[in-house]
Amino acid sequence: MLGPMDYTVWTAGFLLEVVVVVSAFARSQVRRYLSLTLYMMCCGLVQCAHFYFLRKYGLSSKQYTYVYYYTESLLTISLFSVVIQLYQHVFEEMRVGKHIRTAAAVLVGATAFFSYAVIRQNQDHLTSRFVVELGQNLYFVGVVLTYLLWGAIMKLRETRTRLIQLVLALGIYFSATAGTYALRNLFPHLEVSVLHVIFPILGVWLPAAWSYTFLRVSDEARLMPAQLSVKL
Amino acid sequence: MMPIIICVFSIAALLPFVVSYFRSIVASSRNVALSPRLQEVTGITSEKVKADDFARLLQLVQLCPEQKDDQTDIRAVGAYYSVLAVLGRLAHTIAPNLAAWFERERESCSYFAAVALDRRISHSRDLFSQQLADRL
Repeated sequence: MLGPMDYTVWTAGFLLEVVVVVSAFARSQVRRYLSLTLYMMCCGLVQCAHFYFLRKYGLSSKQYTYVYYYTESLLTISLFSVVIQLYQHVFEEMRVGKHIRTAAAVLVGATAFFSYAVIRQNQDHLTSRFVVELGQNLYFVGVVLTYLLWGAIMKLRETRTRLIQLVLALGIYFSATAGTYALRNLFPHLEVSVLHVIFPILGVWLPAAWSYTFLRVSDEARLMPAQLSVKL
Repeated sequence: MMPIIICVFSIAALLPFVVSYFRSIVASSRNVALSPRLQEVTGITSEKVKADDFARLLQLVQLCPEQKDDQTDIRAVGAYYSVLAVLGRLAHTIAPNLAAWFERERESCSYFAAVALDRRISHSRDLFSQQLADRL
């Protein structure tokens, strides 16, 4: 049963996704960040679908569970198109867009195959386990890709504040979600007490951070990436 | 085995992402020099912004009228500062080097708050002069 807090977080996430799309249009950034805008649109639509299935079939129904995990997997895969576009922005002067797209497609395909191979031994719950396993591995691949992108930003001394903040927000989202998925696999009993609260909050983080970036950071804003490196 | 690797690597990647993200917000104030007006009001100079000044500066910021919707930045940096303060206290006994790093991060948050206050004071003065001019 969902409480008022769940609905509040859900509504906040949906509204922030709308804000990202509207602000991208208002700041004429749709063409520049097309994948990101489309991804946020898809997130909004998926939220509506989740709500519909929740109202019709209930939280513990098979229908809602399948819709939830499958749409989440599809959204995660579509998030890779955002990562690819961010890579293209960072490497735009080197003209290596085609290689980036090929490498990312191979990596996502390999992840899906790896996830399938890992759960192949558990034939009883193949489909549901596959979705959870795939989610965890896809997010992990997202962490690795975003970390490499962050390394490239530092190495190439990228100075565009907006681009840097979009990448960092994505890095936080990927690493926090992958970590939460892994914790859920390691300690299933934490799901009821702690982890079920974290997933919706993480769902709000990405649209909140991206809407902040589009609304507050101008396209001309620049910063020195050396100021951001963590040295203890 | 795989979940353990993913968990460790994800947490290790999360920390630099979080720190860099908040630094990217704080960085906007780094090259801004504080005005003599702010030094008059608070006694704080560009070279002497202490980590513990943050709360006092934030209180003064709240007393001034809002400027260009800077509230979101201030809230974000405030949340970062609170986390750093808690972690700094924890690290104080365990790892003094780490505690010193937290202290430096908190100092940069305080500097951000000082710049925000400076901007708001300047904005308030502009509003005041505008009102005076309108009356005349």
